[in-house]
Amino acid sequence: MSKTAKSLAVAGAVAAALTAASTIPAAAGTKEKCYGVSLAGQNDCAAGPGTTCAGTSTVDYQGNAWTLVDAGTCADIDLPALADGTERKGSLEPQERDLPA
Amino acid sequence: MLDTAALKHLPAAPGVGYKPQHFAQITAEPGSVNWLEIHAENYMGDGGRPLAQLRHLAERFAMSVHGVGLSIGGEGPLDTDHLARLKTLVGWLNPASFSEHLAWSTHDSHFYNDLLPLPYTDTALTRVCDHIDQLQEAIGRKMLLENPSSYLAFAESTWSEPEFLAEISRRTGCGLLLDVNNVFVSATNLDFSPQGYIDAFALEKVGEIHLGGHDKDEDDHGRPLLIDSHGREVVDPVWALLDYTLAQSGAKPILIEWDNDVPDWPILEAEAARAASALERIAA
Amino acid sequence: MTVTQAEFARAMMDAGEPIPLGLTDHQENSAGRRFNVYRNNVAVSLTEAMHGAFPVISKLLGQKNMDGLAGLFLRQHPPSSPLMMFYGEEFPAFLEGLEQLKHLGYLADVARLELALRHSYHAADAEPIEADLLAALSAEDLMQSRLSLAPALQVIKSSWPIHALWLFNTRENAPKPSALAQDVLITRPEFDPIPQVLPPSGAVWISALMGGATIGEALEQASANTENFDLGATLTLLLQGGAITGLENKG
Repeated sequence: MSKTAKSLAVAGAVAAALTAASTIPAAAGTKEKCYGVSLAGQNDCAAGPGTTCAGTSTVDYQGNAWTLVDAGTCADIDLPALADGTERKGSLEPQERDLPA
Repeated sequence: MLDTAALKHLPAAPGVGYKPQHFAQITAEPGSVNWLEIHAENYMGDGGRPLAQLRHLAERFAMSVHGVGLSIGGEGPLDTDHLARLKTLVGWLNPASFSEHLAWSTHDSHFYNDLLPLPYTDTALTRVCDHIDQLQEAIGRKMLLENPSSYLAFAESTWSEPEFLAEISRRTGCGLLLDVNNVFVSATNLDFSPQGYIDAFALEKVGEIHLGGHDKDEDDHGRPLLIDSHGREVVDPVWALLDYTLAQSGAKPILIEWDNDVPDWPILEAEAARAASALERIAA
Repeated sequence: MTVTQAEFARAMMDAGEPIPLGLTDHQENSAGRRFNVYRNNVAVSLTEAMHGAFPVISKLLGQKNMDGLAGLFLRQHPPSSPLMMFYGEEFPAFLEGLEQLKHLGYLADVARLELALRHSYHAADAEPIEADLLAALSAEDLMQSRLSLAPALQVIKSSWPIHALWLFNTRENAPKPSALAQDVLITRPEFDPIPQVLPPSGAVWISALMGGATIGEALEQASANTENFDLGATLTLLLQGGAITGLENKG
């Protein structure tokens, strides 16, 4: 493509984008925008659940003692690896080579 | 027309810890709630909804900024990045009050997300006062320092907590934030008289009172161990201790803290209404 | 008997360590279980922060797995800042490093998407330019122009269907992800970050713009990567997301 043709293609793409983007609804007022979902994970000054829980587990927190114990939604998802071309199932079935020695 | 000058002082009236889920109702049905407190660290992002909400609330309510992460009781130096963030927030919001805790939470550049205890020794006193001087210099105003909830004691302590706090206030000019629930929790856990603690407290320095709910657990010997969970209503003995305190201190701004299992607005507002009744009783 | 904060912290983060001598109950007995209040506060509050920060990872792995992972993670990577809103920066790399999760290769990129959503949520506000400014430029001037993009804009490149994985775990009746690569653009036209799939090499074009390239230079890079790079579709996403905040033309 020549430089001019490329410029024209860009101008066409910009024109199309401007048309497509003009269909979004007008923004609400600032006050209304304040309502809505707030993300969690915040700081506070409350204490936790007392003496019987996560902080006193005798589990080895060095890494290889951890194992997958129950299933979330990944058990339903079947995704072969894309990056290295190898086929891997997105499931929680134990795989010999991945278990800690 | 709002009297904006009035928003620059905490009124001797009830306030609540602000939770985003209450945003709509706070302005529509404030009831007994006269002012709001925020945790400073939740408003240190660069923009977006949190800061927009804060700007709106500050037009309507006196605001108190309550820091939970400065680690004033830390052995190491204060985090200067964090000091700068506090300066920025206090600078643009210009709240009615700024407060922090007699506690540490950062060591060796790790932040533990909890208010950890310190021994009440001369060494700790000097360090805490230096940190408060540095903070007050940085933000250009006096702060309030809050008494902690204690679950254990340090054998090395040589000061009582009320004396330790009073001395910090004397040396730095800071005010004090008296958490009446924390007094009750600590008194139960460490077996002292909560009324005796209030009697010994520098009440003339108190700029704000906190109230919150606690949980019950027990120690190795089956003794009650109260946990400052902020997850339920304030219990009757703590309301009684509030009455005992107000009778000596006079009216003060009173905050209801509810951070875990946050209830619907009417339940939180009802706690504020109960604080309003306590204030009315001493005025009568 | 002094208890240093280093000793306190070490025992707090490892329940196998003895409780420091010098911490007592009301009668000068060892603090015992009382010390566990702090062990639990730290572990539980940081575990909750991880669930809050990575809801999709929690859902993919399940509550118990995430609890266990958070227990590992918070001990290897305690927060380095008091801003809990940004806790978990090292989590994607941590996930990649766990042998037990090697068969779920997409987890790290999904975690990167969740981190990017939080950064977008807290990013500085910025006014988008009037779209007409672009329309007013000649084709040649457009090619020479540079765009400034909103601080809330984020681009995540992935060889996994991370947008589909995110949708499947956050929207009811979203389809199951199928095996394809998805680069994701996050914009925040108001206060809610919106993740959307970018066309092939859209991420290359936007990254080039962010690096200071002109529209034309960025187009060269994207076209070198994808023959029929869809500039219109990419630009539409930016405009709809209010993500173009400045236009510089030295024509």
